[in-house]
Parts: sequence; structure tokens; C-alpha cells
Amino acid sequence: MTQQQIIETVNRALSEEFELEPADMSPEAHLYNDLGLDSLDAVDMVIVLENAFGCKLRDEKAIQNIRTMGDLYAFIEEKKKELE
Amino acid sequence: MSLNRVVVTGMGAVSPYGMGADILYSSLKKGASAIRQVPDLETVKGLRCHIAGVVPDLDEKQIPRKFRRSMSRMSVYSTLAAMEALEMADVREEQRRSEQTGVIIGTTVSSPQTLQDFFSDYLQDFSVERVKSSLFFKIMGHSCAANVAQSLGITGRILAPSAACATGVQAIGLAFEAIALGRQDIVLCGGAEELHPLTVAIFDIINAASTQFNTVPDSSPRPFDERRDGIVCSEGCGILVLESLDSALSRGASILAEIVGFASNTDTSNISTPDSARIEQCMRMALASAGVGSDEVDYVNAHATATTLGDSAECRAIEHIFGADIPVSSFKGHFGHSLAASGSLEMIGMLNMLQEEVCLPTLNLNIPSEDCAMVRHVQTLESCAVKTALKNNFALGGVNTSLVVRKYV
Repeated sequence: MTQQQIIETVNRALSEEFELEPADMSPEAHLYNDLGLDSLDAVDMVIVLENAFGCKLRDEKAIQNIRTMGDLYAFIEEKKKELE
Repeated sequence: MSLNRVVVTGMGAVSPYGMGADILYSSLKKGASAIRQVPDLETVKGLRCHIAGVVPDLDEKQIPRKFRRSMSRMSVYSTLAAMEALEMADVREEQRRSEQTGVIIGTTVSSPQTLQDFFSDYLQDFSVERVKSSLFFKIMGHSCAANVAQSLGITGRILAPSAACATGVQAIGLAFEAIALGRQDIVLCGGAEELHPLTVAIFDIINAASTQFNTVPDSSPRPFDERRDGIVCSEGCGILVLESLDSALSRGASILAEIVGFASNTDTSNISTPDSARIEQCMRMALASAGVGSDEVDYVNAHATATTLGDSAECRAIEHIFGADIPVSSFKGHFGHSLAASGSLEMIGMLNMLQEEVCLPTLNLNIPSEDCAMVRHVQTLESCAVKTALKNNFALGGVNTSLVVRKYV
């Protein structure tokens, strides 16, 4: 899976789940401050990403440090590399 | 101790007719049936009733996602109805955020569709790994009340009575008592219901559902009629804004009616079969609570779901108290039995009747059954200056409720 495919998959999953505008989902966008997500959304974000990428993410320690969309893309990219 | 007078200053409805108290009342007045064939019910093995009153598609996105994410269908109905009621009552932001403004909304059971969705997934592999954070908020017993309070910023008390088909009137009654006692100034109150095959099945299993009119759905239910054959279920939510008279006058609110009495009692003779004497006692207690004599009541809006035993028991109780000449009608023939929502949706119809000085007939009542013939059934739209009216709702489990309402002049 290419980096672009990862970005597109993340954006599609999150825009559908949280009704986000694709234009707002820049790598710099802060999940809480800019996109308006909260702790309950963070729980659901993990579930929709697990479903989108077919791997377990919930217990990953690194997930606690994700703040921006860019952090999220990098996290998924790293996880996919681990699994390949 | 002096009690506050309690008035109605707002109404909101989501019903099988659509969104709004206006469309609910105009449809009742036109004598339009909201009962339709429901293909999903035909596919349920063993289910003999295939008709119901279903709320048409609504614009749920009026509710911001942050609040909508924790809502089942019945919470969406509640919130949209509450928004309409608050707008009509013109309750401002600072009053909503007062400890003196509360929410009392109940349901029969928590969202059956949400529970079905959860168990359908869970039973595949007994995993909770796919369960989203909003599940609990959709199925908790006070989900509708909590979601309305959260989304509309109401910070007084939340209560969520659950008494099946008597829930709506119990919610109004609890609001009435809280305001009369001065514990709250303003309360949004009512009941909510979402249709699910299980709801219909509950009545079919105990032989209380209509099964003979599947091909002519607008001919059923038939309250009081000699051809009545049972309940037709429906869904929706009715919300009233109840308020102390002092509060309403001080902010210049339009007053729609006054609630003057409420009673609820229990029938322990049988968990499902109504006892006429206990219904009669409940109405007598409501009249006593209102300080109103039976000769002062001009109209009774009956529970009358079109069951053989229930309609007859209610008519006998009404005749014992009010005699044979009191006008009686039921709105179940129009939009079926919306269970927890029925009391508050029907109240909206009745309050409009009081304002327009008419009595609406019971739809599908062609020939009153002999065992219901002891009262005067309203069978055509009548002009009548009703000053005081009584509203009944009863529930499986032995719950009886009655409200006494007076025109505010």
C-alpha cells in the first residue's frame, strides 16, 4: 500500500464516520482543535481504522501520541510496514 | 402550602404524519389515516400484523453530529420534537441553562434497533472489539431525556419514566407535579417510541394486535367499533413545554392550556387485562387532584386502542363517572398506538381541539360495538366549546394514568 493510498483510505474512513470535509483534512489539521473530535471519537476512530486496514490498533502505545492527521498517516504507514 | 398553576406553552411532534405539531393536528382534523403496509413486517415468521404507522424520513442532520452520534432513532425524534416545542414556547438560552428547567421523557424500552444491531454483531463471535463508544448512550433507559438535555443545553433535572403505553402521560404528570411544587419552573416532557417488529409482535403474541386489515391498512385500528380486532403500532415523539403560570406570564409566553389534575394508579388484578373499576378510580383521583367535578368535564380523550377488552372496560368506567352523554373519542384510529409516545402526541391533538373549539371523531368507528355503546361517541367533526377535558392512557403492567386539562382564558 502506497503512502497516497494510506492517506486516501484514512481520509475516506474518517470523513464518513465523522462527517468531515475532505478539504479540512490536511496533514497539519489537529484532530481535536481543528477537526472537532473528542475522546469518544478517538475510540471510534480506532475501530473504523481497524476495519479499513484490517489490523488491530487499539493496544498500540504510539496511538496515544497522535495529534494531527499527519501523525495518523505516519502511524498507519509504520504499522503497515511492520505487518508486511 | 400553595401550589403553582401549571400551563402548556409549547408543543412539538414527530409522528407518522411527519415532522411538526401542525401536520399532526391538520391530519387528525382531515381524518387522514397514517397506517400503512410495512413490507418488513411481512417477512417476520409468525407475525400476523403487517401494518403500522411509520415516521417518514426526517432531516436528522439538523442535529449536529456531536450530539447525533449518541442518539438512536427515538432520541432523534425526541430532539426534533423538543426543538419545535422550545421554539414555540420561545424559551431563551438563559432559561434553558437554569437549574429550574428540566426534561422528563420516557420510552417503553431502550432502542430495540440499536440492541438488535449490537447483538447481531456480538453473537457472531462474542466480541466487543467492534463496539463503538456511542452504544451505551443509545440504549440507556434515560437515553431520550439525556440526549435532549445534552443537545439543547438544559441543565435542570432529568427524569425518564417508563410505563409502556402510559409513559407519555406519566411524564406530563410528573412534570405537572414538579412545577406545581416549585421544584422546576419549566419542563419539556413527553414520550418517545421507535417501531420494531418486536413491538408489534408483543401485541400479536398476546392476541391483541390487529390482523384482519393487512390489505386495507387505513381501516384499522377501529377503536370502539364492532369490527375492531386489536392494536396497530406506530412510532414518534410528542413533547410539551409545561411551565408555571407565573413563569409564563412573567416572560409573556403564549399559553395554550392549563394542566389542572393528574393521577396514576395500578391494577393488580392482572398484568395485561384491564379492570374497569381501577380505570374508574384513576379518573376519579385525577378529578379530585384537579378539584373538578365530573359534571364540569366536557370531553374525554380515550386511550381506546381497539382491543376487545380494553375499549369496553374504559367505556364502562367513563359512563360510571360522567354518564351516557359525555363526548368521547380516540386518536388511535388515525395514527395507531405509538405506545410511550401516545399520551403526549394525543395531548397535542387534544390541546388543538380545545383551542379550535371542536371535537374530532374516532376514525374507523362506523358502528359502535354493543359493549362500548354506553357513552356518546364522537363520529363526525363537532363544534363544541370544551372548557375542561380528561385524557386517559393505560399500559400493560397494570398502569393507569389520567390528566385533566382546562382551556386557559
